[in-house]
Amino acid sequence: MGLVRLQFQREWRLLARARSEALNPLVFLIMTVTLFALALDGQAQALSRYAAGIFWVLVLLSSLLSLDGMFRRDFEDGSLEQILLLAEVPFLPIIGKMLAQWAATGLPVVLMSPLLGTVLQLPPEALGPLAGALLVGTPTVSMLGAVGAALVVGVRRGGALLGLLVLPLYIPVLIFGTAAVNGLAAGTGGVAQIYWLAAMSVLAVTLAPFAVHAALKISLENG
Amino acid sequence: MNGLKTLWHRLGSPRWFYQMMKPWQTGLGFVALVALLVGTVWGLAFAPEDYQQGNSFRIIYVHVPMVVLAQSAYMMLGSAGFVLLVWRMKMADVAMVAIVPVGMTVTAIGLFSGAVWGRPTWGTWWEWTDARLVSTLVLLFLYVGLYALREAIPRAESAGRACAVLAVVGLINIPIIKYSVEWWTTLHQGATFTATRMSMPIEMAAPLIVNIIGAYCLFGYLVLLNMRTELLRRERDTKWVGALRTEVIDGV
Amino acid sequence: MTVFVSIQGLSVSRGRNRLFEGLDLTLSAGDCVEVRGANGTGKSTLLRCIAGLYQDFQGELTAEPCAYLGHNDGLSALLTVEENLRWYAGLSGGSASSKDIAAALATLEASHLVRRQARALSAGQHRRVALARLPLLGHKLWLLDEPYTALDDAGTALVDGLIRDHCASGGAVMAATHADMSVSTAQCWVDR
Repeated sequence: MGLVRLQFQREWRLLARARSEALNPLVFLIMTVTLFALALDGQAQALSRYAAGIFWVLVLLSSLLSLDGMFRRDFEDGSLEQILLLAEVPFLPIIGKMLAQWAATGLPVVLMSPLLGTVLQLPPEALGPLAGALLVGTPTVSMLGAVGAALVVGVRRGGALLGLLVLPLYIPVLIFGTAAVNGLAAGTGGVAQIYWLAAMSVLAVTLAPFAVHAALKISLENG
Repeated sequence: MNGLKTLWHRLGSPRWFYQMMKPWQTGLGFVALVALLVGTVWGLAFAPEDYQQGNSFRIIYVHVPMVVLAQSAYMMLGSAGFVLLVWRMKMADVAMVAIVPVGMTVTAIGLFSGAVWGRPTWGTWWEWTDARLVSTLVLLFLYVGLYALREAIPRAESAGRACAVLAVVGLINIPIIKYSVEWWTTLHQGATFTATRMSMPIEMAAPLIVNIIGAYCLFGYLVLLNMRTELLRRERDTKWVGALRTEVIDGV
Repeated sequence: MTVFVSIQGLSVSRGRNRLFEGLDLTLSAGDCVEVRGANGTGKSTLLRCIAGLYQDFQGELTAEPCAYLGHNDGLSALLTVEENLRWYAGLSGGSASSKDIAAALATLEASHLVRRQARALSAGQHRRVALARLPLLGHKLWLLDEPYTALDDAGTALVDGLIRDHCASGGAVMAATHADMSVSTAQCWVDR
């Protein structure tokens, strides 16, 4: 556990020192939400009907922005190879890194979601479900995204490729996430979808670090 | 047990594989040709008309084999990726290189034929409420991702293993994606007719089964062809390929 | 005598290029081997093989866990020198007090840099700090890829001292260089 904490603290310190970079995905999310509201003329009815789906799509897209840089800096300055070499169980600092990534990007989205949901004209009774669905759904996004990021870290202009690799894998999160919010808000169910999101997150948190570790080793061998 | 072990080691030898698979490739190609010819002619000309859809249902003789194959091909891809990652068996990488383009093409044909079928059936080319079409579309995205990843990484060895990781992650994800899409389409089920309804009389089903078998054989033929070509490319500096080359030149 | 690295008949190719073939090498306590060869003959790759970062080779290779210094110094630009070194100590399972860090930096005459962020260092200072982490990690085996890059004469002499002390205290060093090292006990040419 010490290694997880060590890495988490290091990542957190780095994020704090590159604050504007760390906040970019959140700012992107806020802006695109605004653009959607403007594009749909701010019509409360049309917006509120699709708000949950729109919001989830924007969350998935904005996650790509932060995921792309998640391993790149460490890859370029050489500290990534040191993690794999020096840590007795490289798995642990990698988990620390992924948790920090989620805490810095997933968690703020959860916290901001009532505000942004309101901007998208989501009815008040849907705001709680939205935050809840995001809380159990975004870990999957971070974990799967980290696998993609680890695969393309050595690839020039890997950002565009990252989207191609991970967006299809996000589809269940999108489907269950949207359905959970809409179902819970309308009182027609949706609890099952929350369970699905949670189960996927548990699965992703357990398995993704193995895949990330393997992918990082491959990317470093390439360098 | 010992026999299995020798087979395993032999499978890893490019030269042995190249030579042993030649008759298999020819055989599969032949069976594929016969089965597809029989199944297609039977299905298009002799099978009875559907009382609801008329003649347009006959596209299932193309559509269903392709869609089924698209999924099986991805399963094989994922398994090959697993073998490559765990045992570092280079032949598994050759198999992945061989399967991706075939799988991608098959998936694309499956999608296209599904759209063509949708036009007379639902009056629209694309129907989001059909679970099979939607999950085949996602499958196509997965294939494209694998293809793009291999192209993006210059060193072949790394590219192969990176694709293996992605294929295995995809393999774990596919049941979840499929379930979520199926659940989602039943939620939005508007059309009264679904393409997934598959209770048909034997006169209609028999040619379909023949065509599915033919499609699998065709797939096997194409994959073996690709694998053997890729082996020649990778081993072009070795003695056995050199000997093969002189043999061919002498033959001419 | 402890053996840290044992290599028999090691061959490595990159693509269709064979880098080196049939390399034999044993590294025991007190040895300092300089890895020599023209550009592109596989010096770095050999070190990466031994470190375990490159596994696409043929032949026998066993090696102890090592401290590896690559082309990149492995310092995070936004962290201070002290934070970087402390992370390294933690990563290898130990911990470093401020005193340990000061002592490590002092061996490379870089003590005054301790509070600076890595991005504010010159190339030579950067390399000195990267080398200063080696004693903190507690590994007996050091693999150094061009350790003298960007260093001035004084820095070069300090690195030689660092290596000499390490070998004298039962460690072993392998360094890829282009120039003769004054402290080496053997040479290993990858292209001969």
